[in-house]
Amino acid sequence: MEPTFIDTLRGIVGPDHTLSDRESLALYGYDSTPELEARPAVVLLPGHRDEIIRVMELCHGAGVSVTPRGSGTNLSGGSLSAGGVVIQTSRMNRILELDEENLTATVEPGVITSTLHREVERRGLFYPPDPGSMNISTLGGNVAENSGGLRGLKYGVTADYVMGLETVLADGSLLTTGGKAVKDVAGYTTTPLLVSSEGTLGLFTAITVKLIPKPRTKATMLAHFTTMEEAALTVSAIIAAKVIPATLEFLDQVTIRCVEAYAHVGLPLDVAAVLLIEVDGHPAVVAEEAAAVEAICRGHRASLFQTAATPEEALNLATARRTALSALARVKPTTILEDATVPRSCIAPMLQAIQDAADRHRVTIGTFGHAGDGNLHPTCLTDERDQDEIRRAHAAFTEIFEAAIALGGTITGEHGVGLAKKKYLPRLVGETGIRIMRGIKAAFDPQGTLNPGKIF
Amino acid sequence: MDELSLITCMRCGTCLATCPTYRETYLESGSPRGRVALLRKVLEGELEQSERLLGFLALCLDCQACATACPSGVNAGSLVAEFFGERTAAQGLGGMERLILRHLLPHPDRLEAATTPLRLYQRVGLQRLVRRMGFLKLFPPIIERMDGLLPSLPSRPLRQTIDEVTPPQGTERGTVGFFLGCVMSLVFAEASRASIQLLSALGYRVITPREQVCCGAPNMLAGDLEGLRGEARRNLSVFGQLQVDYIVTDCGGCGAELKRYGHHLDHLPEAEAFSAKVRDISQLLAQHTDELGTMLQPLPVTVTWHDACHIAHCQGIRREPRELLRLIPGLELREMADADACCGSGGDYNLRQPEMADRVLARKLESIATTGADVVVTGNPGCLLQLRQGLAKGLPQTRVQHLTELLAASLTGQPPG
Repeated sequence: MEPTFIDTLRGIVGPDHTLSDRESLALYGYDSTPELEARPAVVLLPGHRDEIIRVMELCHGAGVSVTPRGSGTNLSGGSLSAGGVVIQTSRMNRILELDEENLTATVEPGVITSTLHREVERRGLFYPPDPGSMNISTLGGNVAENSGGLRGLKYGVTADYVMGLETVLADGSLLTTGGKAVKDVAGYTTTPLLVSSEGTLGLFTAITVKLIPKPRTKATMLAHFTTMEEAALTVSAIIAAKVIPATLEFLDQVTIRCVEAYAHVGLPLDVAAVLLIEVDGHPAVVAEEAAAVEAICRGHRASLFQTAATPEEALNLATARRTALSALARVKPTTILEDATVPRSCIAPMLQAIQDAADRHRVTIGTFGHAGDGNLHPTCLTDERDQDEIRRAHAAFTEIFEAAIALGGTITGEHGVGLAKKKYLPRLVGETGIRIMRGIKAAFDPQGTLNPGKIF
Repeated sequence: MDELSLITCMRCGTCLATCPTYRETYLESGSPRGRVALLRKVLEGELEQSERLLGFLALCLDCQACATACPSGVNAGSLVAEFFGERTAAQGLGGMERLILRHLLPHPDRLEAATTPLRLYQRVGLQRLVRRMGFLKLFPPIIERMDGLLPSLPSRPLRQTIDEVTPPQGTERGTVGFFLGCVMSLVFAEASRASIQLLSALGYRVITPREQVCCGAPNMLAGDLEGLRGEARRNLSVFGQLQVDYIVTDCGGCGAELKRYGHHLDHLPEAEAFSAKVRDISQLLAQHTDELGTMLQPLPVTVTWHDACHIAHCQGIRREPRELLRLIPGLELREMADADACCGSGGDYNLRQPEMADRVLARKLESIATTGADVVVTGNPGCLLQLRQGLAKGLPQTRVQHLTELLAASLTGQPPG
């Protein structure tokens, strides 16, 4: 990139918010995705929408690529740029409005997810999406990736809450879609198309999300099972009993053993699966649903069942789940976390397929995740210095994704395609699927300057 | 440099959320994840140790909030400190550093003598005069900052005035070796006197050996591992001669360093045994909440607890001080937001990186102000210094006190001074 071009960008965004030194750029060569690195030419941290518009116009004219970035916690390589401009939205972090009459919040893209949680919960309101990185992830990133989280089963994912977007397109034009109206059928519903667009269709400058009343109370329960089948049947039975828990998380045996070795929480080593279950809502309903969950767990021969009596006990019960990733990540230096997702009725065969793939390729994979919505996190514990093992890990994951597709599931439930899953996408959506996606991309960004090379 | 730690970082970004310098800059170069990446790129030869790179690394407070947050157990703060340590070992100490680290700190007598002019300077009213004339502005800003940090010093360091053996009151429960931090002894003598008084009131015989020397934390800060080891060996031999159940300190920084003697001395059995006996004062006092509960008198005061990095992040102690505060009848404990966020003191950080230290401090003061507390309580002298001068400027109605001063005030029924 021409130094004069960088100078022009610097003039727009300001010298303190323009990074083009070798050392800084090296640090924007990665996000949270293992093994991927690319080097941008310049990183900008604009403070206002109008700066973004001018940067986009300029880059569009010069044929320079632009890649949006929040806090760089995505797991698909979606925020990496090779030789282009990276726009980091962190400085645009104002909550623009909390509308308690319409139950909406309008925020700038750099607002941290947990900051929004805190602000709305202070007013008795609730924004449910809670991705694992919520303490640092940005709303802009959440919308671009359609982030999920632990509460997906009952409350849905980011897409279910985005009502309106203000988006700067690749050529700098401003697109406003949706708004605070609950019903809106004027033409194509464009907002959901922009959610999960992974920075390839536009850069959000204002996001309006739906809020709901905060559940009044919750009950936290933990159940141990000596076989994976019983745990999976329990999950199906809970849903079949018309109880939709806010949280229905599970850990497999590899994960349980790692957690016990790391945190010594007293998990018996013959336990094959642990379920963490939370029901929330009106106190009367919570009591009734908790009783139903207990009866079902005991009916499925749970070897241990506990209900938390206090918020502290609830935290204790959640310890194993909360430490799952830490425990796995400490076993070996490199941790590859995936998010193959299947219909929830297929969890047991999917877990079997993961175990078979791990055995076949002689790698260690621990699986935990969101049992309620079928979103699993098979996590490979490996060492990037062992190229042979890394190759085997990838071979195992290829089989795991194929198994997920065969079971009617998907290659990614919440991390997105980005660069990391590009090669698997055609197998999932087929040629027609890719053609339609390319068509949509061309409609928004005919020159292809926005986050090129991602998704397909 | 520990290659394994560097590659263990999975770049998840969890550390960004609690890193004080990332919160201020939003820059990857100001984040723990970025620092680990820089170190790795240096190790792998991709980046050189340029001025800019060293500047990025030097912005680290070493508060270790990142270590608390990291799922993989990477301690970015420590890695940066080790990196600078290795550089110092290769380049040698500067003249002034050598003087302080090798010729003053290992010799408390000299250190105390060196601070005598300061005490005089304050006592004869020179300090007021000098400040009023703005005389300090003629010197480099660092001198003015140092002067602003200094509270009025006790007339004599505690090491010189405390009895080597303080007998237990009532039935003897055990024997404690008391480790006197340099700054506690030189500046916050009353707090350490209060610590010893509390231990004695609980039935501990408290031995405060006069031959003990600095814990070595300043050496570690300056990357002088050799100096640190010398002091560690000296303290091992001083405390090794005593039959004590615990080695107790009321300085968070010293406690964190003393607990790492085993690590610093290559797991020497005596050093491991020494480290295993070390307790922060709050840990030992919290073992006796029942007895303390019956002894404490009402103090009608609203307080908030500041988790010192060296206590919360380095030693993992959070519950005990809060339990102790709640024992005081009439006291109201209000939690501040981000109680375990650094105050910007960070050893000599306040002097090395004044601008960032002020920004980190401002955020802390905001959290304190929101609680409306009368007193900020903490357990580390660096924080006491930093918060004292910050509060004086920004929140003059709020005081800062060491945990044991407040507990001792409640013990004697005397309102805190």
